[in-house]
Amino acid sequence: MQVLTENYQLYLNGIWTTLQICFYAGLLTLLVGTAVAGCRVSPLAPLRAFGTAWVTVFRNCPLVVVLFFMAFAIPTLGLNASYFVFGTIGLALYTSAFVCEAIRSGINSVSPGQAEAARSIGLGFTQTLRLVILPQAVRSIVPPLGSVMIAMIKNSAIAGAFGVGGDLYETGTRLSSAQGEAIVPVLLGVALGYLIITIPAGLLLGYVERKVAIAR
Amino acid sequence: MTDSVLYEAPGPRARRRARYASVVTALVLLAGLTWALYRFAAEGEFAYDKWGALVDPTNENFSALWTLLGGGLVNTLTAAGWSILFSLVIGTLLALTRITAAAWYRWAVVGVIELLRGTPVVVLIFFSAQALPAFGLDISLMWALVVGLTAYNCVIIAEIVRAGIAALPSGQSEAAYAVGMRRHQVMFSVLLPQAFRAMLPALISQLVVVLKDTSLGFTISYPEFVQRGEIAIENLGNQIQVYLVVAVVFILINYTLSRVAVRTERALSRGRKSSATAREPESAAATGD
Repeated sequence: MQVLTENYQLYLNGIWTTLQICFYAGLLTLLVGTAVAGCRVSPLAPLRAFGTAWVTVFRNCPLVVVLFFMAFAIPTLGLNASYFVFGTIGLALYTSAFVCEAIRSGINSVSPGQAEAARSIGLGFTQTLRLVILPQAVRSIVPPLGSVMIAMIKNSAIAGAFGVGGDLYETGTRLSSAQGEAIVPVLLGVALGYLIITIPAGLLLGYVERKVAIAR
Repeated sequence: MTDSVLYEAPGPRARRRARYASVVTALVLLAGLTWALYRFAAEGEFAYDKWGALVDPTNENFSALWTLLGGGLVNTLTAAGWSILFSLVIGTLLALTRITAAAWYRWAVVGVIELLRGTPVVVLIFFSAQALPAFGLDISLMWALVVGLTAYNCVIIAEIVRAGIAALPSGQSEAAYAVGMRRHQVMFSVLLPQAFRAMLPALISQLVVVLKDTSLGFTISYPEFVQRGEIAIENLGNQIQVYLVVAVVFILINYTLSRVAVRTERALSRGRKSSATAREPESAAATGD
């Protein structure tokens, strides 16, 4: 267990990098996921088809493949960036499919009478969504969205495995393979680092869930 | 709520406007796609030497490449199959013992479930590949992958099973006890069969998750589909093409599985119209876990 006390600074840096990846990816995925959810319920057929295709692709493709594809295909499109950026964008795109589905099922959980009433007093599509449906949907969106976000935190380890330097997972593998530290305590430290993030996140989610829960 | 409630059946003018807007969006999307394709073409990504080995049966590398990839796919499916099987058995045992056993044991199980659920699956896979040998357990790469995936997924399945049993109406077990069944009889003859039926869609969706996570075998160099793809790339130098094919194969398999899950769900809900619909256990497949 000495390796943990000796390298705690490295572990803290790893946790910090992981949190950074998750913060940027979280923001991006919320934006993209909401936009795609908007596409999926929109009146325009091409947008609906686009939304469905987006979700089908990113939900069924392993994150590893998405990340590799980002790293090789995006430079071809003339955009160059670091692995941190590719990893974050890849993670965000992959997660956006699940964000979209969480939001869409939240929208679908609002009773149709609400939308009908909004329509009948003359609100348009965007007004109906923005003023009537979404404020009510948020309550049932929060729990699944929280689970998606916690899953994303754990998936950020895959971005580390794929080459985003310095995050918690990569710190662990470097300590064990490059510096020859004993593998068991090193990886227990890595697991501990993720648990420090995910367990409070889960508790927080449970608290928020109880706060926003409504009896239907 | 059907999506169509959000906007009413369009009249002639709205339909015309929607048609214009549809055409414009379609054009914008197509333009984006065309630009991407153009860039790929400009970089020579459609050249024969990059695609030939993948799509042209007369190419010298075609059979070797597909034997390599096919073997990888078989390895992926094998590891996924064993993982889901073990997860199912261990997960069910965890759920059952959690329901029936003493309080201290229940807390221990909850602790294990929380620990395994909070750790990334890639860490568990790496751990089982590196740490099990350190404990003197010399297992092959495939079993290391299976152990890692099982450790992660058995607790998720345990939760699905627990939720499935909890969702059954209490009258089921009360009736079973009333006719004189013992506790294990109630569990195995009455509750579990019904719970498994209700859980089937969630379990099939979990299979998608396992199949996707099997691709993490590349981190411990288990020769699965993605890792074989990398070997192909080292020899042929066509990253984008190979990963595209790998992605398409994964999407086809997983999409088929998801459709099967939806079908099963529909078939089941048709079969039991009278009883209250079971609360759907939250599936990991919906969170990208």
